Amino acid sequence: MSTAPNMVVGQSRAARWAFNGSVIILCLWVLVPIYLLLSNALSSPSAVTAFPKSIVPSFDTESVEFFLFFNGVGKALWSSVQVAFLTMVMSILIGAPAGYALSRFDFRGKNLFRILVLMTRAFPLPLLALPMAIMFIKVGLDDTVFGLAIVHTTLALPFAVLITFSLFSGIPIELEEAAWTLGCNRFQAFMKVIFPLVLPGIAASAIFAFVVSWNEVFAAAVLTIEHRTLPAFLLQSLDDAPLHLKFAGGAVLVLPALIFIFFVRKYLFAMWGIANR
Amino acid sequence: MQSRSLPYLLLLPATLFLLVFFVYPFTLVAWQAFATDEGELTTKYFTKMVSHWKFDKALTYTLLLALVVVPIQLALSLLMASFVSNMKRGRDIILYIWTIPLGISDLAAGLIWLAIFEQTGFLNSILYSTGVIEQPITFLSYQNKGVIFLAVVLAEIWRATAIMLVILVAGIGLIPKEYYEAAQVYGANTWQRFTKITLPLLKPSLQTALILRVILAFEVFAVVAALGGTNLPVLMGEVYNRQFVLQDSHTAAAFAMLILIISIISTVFFMWSLRTPKGASL
Repeated sequence: MSTAPNMVVGQSRAARWAFNGSVIILCLWVLVPIYLLLSNALSSPSAVTAFPKSIVPSFDTESVEFFLFFNGVGKALWSSVQVAFLTMVMSILIGAPAGYALSRFDFRGKNLFRILVLMTRAFPLPLLALPMAIMFIKVGLDDTVFGLAIVHTTLALPFAVLITFSLFSGIPIELEEAAWTLGCNRFQAFMKVIFPLVLPGIAASAIFAFVVSWNEVFAAAVLTIEHRTLPAFLLQSLDDAPLHLKFAGGAVLVLPALIFIFFVRKYLFAMWGIANR
Repeated sequence: MQSRSLPYLLLLPATLFLLVFFVYPFTLVAWQAFATDEGELTTKYFTKMVSHWKFDKALTYTLLLALVVVPIQLALSLLMASFVSNMKRGRDIILYIWTIPLGISDLAAGLIWLAIFEQTGFLNSILYSTGVIEQPITFLSYQNKGVIFLAVVLAEIWRATAIMLVILVAGIGLIPKEYYEAAQVYGANTWQRFTKITLPLLKPSLQTALILRVILAFEVFAVVAALGGTNLPVLMGEVYNRQFVLQDSHTAAAFAMLILIISIISTVFFMWSLRTPKGASL
């Protein structure tokens, strides 16, 4: 990267110090607020409301325990997991075939489909919760885990299509053709040759769909009452919940996302790079 | 194998899904906003929306937030993307750290900044310990709307710069290195290379990033709910109140149409202002 773009770091010491210093400050800017939330979650309720507050947590599980056994939290967590899991399965099952078709075939209407997928980006999707609330009452899907998963799939599907498209495009068609000449039919060739190669990418795309659903607040809060997800539960208890409950809840919301994003980090760029074209 | 129908077969589920659960519902919102339950066309829901005392504030705050937050994020993400593309060692770990907020829910981001700004929070604690203040300040009360606004701005910058960063880093990766080498040979300095090569060739990515980010900014909701409660009304919060609390789905739909319209206007604006001339793309 000797010919890197933009502000090339000069050889001067001062320039290098400024560069490294800025990078470290930007890292702290991201990390410190997360640390503060986790520090709160790991402190006892009395330490959370103490003043002045210590930067170091009191390492006490009381807040987290209080949160986990709080009325409705267990149920909300379970709903969240169910919705996110359904979203993950649906967006891959529906999105991956489309991604494969886009990468392997030239056909009439291909552009039309691409526009349809890209159009989802230009709309405020959480608003879908409004008409869906009415649709779901008509077909008996109101306040169900499955109904919410449908809305979340609309959010995650475009990503699934774009990621799988870039995955399949990265695998030479010759590999598939070789399998055909060796006697595989199209389906066998796909399962034996292509599928193992794209599996890690498909997993990443599935994880991303999970995170999208896990984090979504608005549609979840509008569409569910009995089957509230964790974000919906937290949103609706903002006014009356004690501070330590909010912070423990926030931490429980953040942790899985942190871990998941670590596993999909390689693919984040593939999908946004494609989205540009 | 019947290769001609296969692609359509593979696209069928996704197309049907998007038509039924994306295109159709948006026509339903429009219908809800413009028609009564009896099917009569009316503008009374819009009149009701506009005449509500919170309407002006919700609209102003939503637009103002986008206006303040997005330019800062654009500058910050360009800076970060430039840093990343100049890195030799540690690029992957830095990039992971900077993209962490991408996986964090807007509600969680609101709670994170609540931990800093609430009355017994970290900001008050630090100011008190260093002797700047005598007693904790209630930052997030209705008397301090400016501070609530500032807290929301910080939380939004913290949370949603990553999405622009990812798009811009992917875009910079597509620019051929030869262009920079050539510019260097002709004596272009760092700033010139940035303005004459990176910025123009990054236009499609900038367009995507701005379109996405501005639409997200118009949807701002949970961050505001966590930090300001009802003290800082925004459009999406009004949709939620109408739909869920007041069960008035017609006026909620009118608010939704308003968000939709300003989103479309901004998308069209960026498509036009950042268009790439034919044949000039990479």
